[in-house]
Amino acid sequence: MKDLEHLLREHPFASGLPSAALSLLVGCASNVQYEPGEYLFRTGEPADRFFILRHGEVAVEVYAAGRGRITIETAGEGDVLGWSWLVPPHRWLFDGRAITLTRAIALDGACLRAKCEANHDLGYELLKRVTHVMAERLTSARLQVLDLYGDGSGDVV
Amino acid sequence: MDEKTLRVVTRAALEPLPGLLRDRGFTVVGPTIREAAIVYDEIESLADLPIGWTDEQGPGGYRLRRRSDEALFGYNVGPHSWKGRFHPSDVLLFQAQRNGRDVEFTAPPTESPPVALFGARACDLAAVAIQDRVFLGSASIDPIYATRRRGAFVVAVHCTQAGGTCFCESMRTGPRATRGFDLALTELLGAGEHRFLVENASERGAEIADRLASRPASSEDLAAARAGVERARTSMGRKLDTDGIRDLLYRHAESEVWDAVAHRCLSCTNCTMVCPTCFCTTVEDVSDLSREHAERRRLWDSCFTLGFTHLGSGSVRTSTSSRYRHWITHKLASWHDQFGSSGCVGCGRCITWCPVGIDITEEVGRLREAEGSRAP
Amino acid sequence: MTSGASPMLPVPYRVQRRRQESHDTFTLELSRSGSAPGLEFAPGQFNMLYAFGAGEVPISISGDPARPDVIAHTTRVVGGVTRVLSRLRRGGTVGLRGPFGNGWPLEQSRGRDVVIVAGGIGLAPLRALLYALTANRGRFARIALVYGARTPEDVLFGAELERWRTSADVEIAVTVDRATESWAGRVGVVTALLRRLSFDPANAVGMICGPEVMMRYAAAELLSRGVAPDSIFLSIERNMKCAVGHCGHCLFGPLFICRDGPVFPYERVETTLRVAEL
Repeated sequence: MKDLEHLLREHPFASGLPSAALSLLVGCASNVQYEPGEYLFRTGEPADRFFILRHGEVAVEVYAAGRGRITIETAGEGDVLGWSWLVPPHRWLFDGRAITLTRAIALDGACLRAKCEANHDLGYELLKRVTHVMAERLTSARLQVLDLYGDGSGDVV
Repeated sequence: MDEKTLRVVTRAALEPLPGLLRDRGFTVVGPTIREAAIVYDEIESLADLPIGWTDEQGPGGYRLRRRSDEALFGYNVGPHSWKGRFHPSDVLLFQAQRNGRDVEFTAPPTESPPVALFGARACDLAAVAIQDRVFLGSASIDPIYATRRRGAFVVAVHCTQAGGTCFCESMRTGPRATRGFDLALTELLGAGEHRFLVENASERGAEIADRLASRPASSEDLAAARAGVERARTSMGRKLDTDGIRDLLYRHAESEVWDAVAHRCLSCTNCTMVCPTCFCTTVEDVSDLSREHAERRRLWDSCFTLGFTHLGSGSVRTSTSSRYRHWITHKLASWHDQFGSSGCVGCGRCITWCPVGIDITEEVGRLREAEGSRAP
Repeated sequence: MTSGASPMLPVPYRVQRRRQESHDTFTLELSRSGSAPGLEFAPGQFNMLYAFGAGEVPISISGDPARPDVIAHTTRVVGGVTRVLSRLRRGGTVGLRGPFGNGWPLEQSRGRDVVIVAGGIGLAPLRALLYALTANRGRFARIALVYGARTPEDVLFGAELERWRTSADVEIAVTVDRATESWAGRVGVVTALLRRLSFDPANAVGMICGPEVMMRYAAAELLSRGVAPDSIFLSIERNMKCAVGHCGHCLFGPLFICRDGPVFPYERVETTLRVAEL
């Protein structure tokens, strides 16, 4: 089995990260696996981790009475899930549920925050990468609310 | 032009010309007065021409005025161009007949007697050449245009005066016609004799010219003709600086100039209707009450209408500013990319017939000013 | 100057089959009556379909180019003409002119990774492409389809997608903007899926069809992955009345969509796409 450092380095999130920084990350990392239907996180719980997805598909959901579970988006291999660990009050704002068998690297939020405070170079490096993920998610969310296929894609007349 | 072959025909001796053309099977179409404007319509004889009339033209203004002489061609271009002859404003494309579950489509016969354009100006002949490229110049030929255009005889008239909205000199299409005609006339009114310098440019033109009583052109005749064309050249009512114009328009796809013109533009489509090169069309489908018979007609259309760019999701060009930009950019810029020339011939019709007097030459000037003010 | 047959005269075609693909989208399979030869077409081309007395619309060909005897068109009901077309049943007659336009760059894609991005009804002309690609699967390296639909109910051609995925080695990722609880697939926009897709950007061809906004973002994503701007192709839609470059309705900057397109390399349309209402 590949070690954590190896698995991390292969993931786009950590690509190009200096070895020293990577080692610091590994110190906060653990391997996790979720069966279909299992929750990675639940709304309101402390956001003590985030996930670097290696395999599988995870739905980001919200529950609405009368409508049931609404999937806002899904994330999969190559994606990073969760930034609540970085933003106070460090609580999950959505549910994360595995749709298929999901393998991920969980990174401990408290551990990382402490290391980032102590090592601002690492903190800045990490922040850039998380910001990139957030920016992509925001763009996707904006496109999604446009409801592009609603009435704009038909043939004329 | 070889000046030695030029002949002079007096006003009286020109009289048989329309008849000679009709004898050869042509429907003769020339300038004539209808509802206080000089339009192109079928003419019987020279008497149908606007003899002794001229037109005063300016932005948003056109009116006829008597001349002090009996000139046959003492005016410039009116609201009609020749495009209606070759590219009709309303034409049947096909009829559809339902027989049970079958539908039969029938194209109407496209036969059309050849037409003789009598008194065509240089700008308008340039416009005909442009529409030839649009309808005949690609792999897909428009049979309606081809049939009507085929064998057309052209009697050109070199302009010896320019109108208030003329700028053919800027567009290098006139005032002298250089091609696209069989015969060309220069009307000479001075030296106590009303006469025409006649130039033939084709065998069939020569054949007809030979039947008119004429004399060789004197050096005075030639000098008068040259002076007439020169007078027109130097008295253009408008100028348009075409230097780098294609890129100028492309650079200003986004500009406040469009918003400014949109405040005045009524989107009335007049400019596109009178333009001799605008070629856009739409179609109209109708069926009878029994739903057994249907037909489809093709009508002139204008890029100034909202429906022109309609898609399932709505129209692409909803604002007047975007429609004006589209029209002028197509005319002066993208036309070069599509057809190898400007789409504007400098006839000035769009200026004259604009109800609020929007002037294409001024708008180009505004773009140049906008560019100048932004330059470092 | 020879005039020949009018390019504006439709040819009668018979509806062989009508299929409801989703609540607002349907496919008409058309054939010429009698022993008339089929209609050869390239994937990405379109026809003008005339509904008796109602009018004519451009509709891309969604069928198999190897079957010129059955010409399939898939479209949504978005107006009067498409509504009349949608009410046709087997045996009904449609007037057809075409095929018009260019097609997807099949030759240029030989030996390369083919990344296809479809949005909504934009899958229709790409289905014709997928038929052609899978018919000669060995000529291409990786083939991937990233397809976004509005809801799970709007996902088109489910059976074909499944067949291409299981037996033609096509990587297929479907995503929807709005999921229902029963949907176990992906939710989100196609650009998010593109980000995850693995392919060789230096040797890939991108082909995109869908709403213009979606195409712009999809092209941007491919560019950021390193695909060259001359290797990304978009199919552009505009109003059309004639389809032969004479009516002026489809002008898109200097381009006639009907004659120069509808498929364009991104680099030719990039600046025009950026300006509103052009």
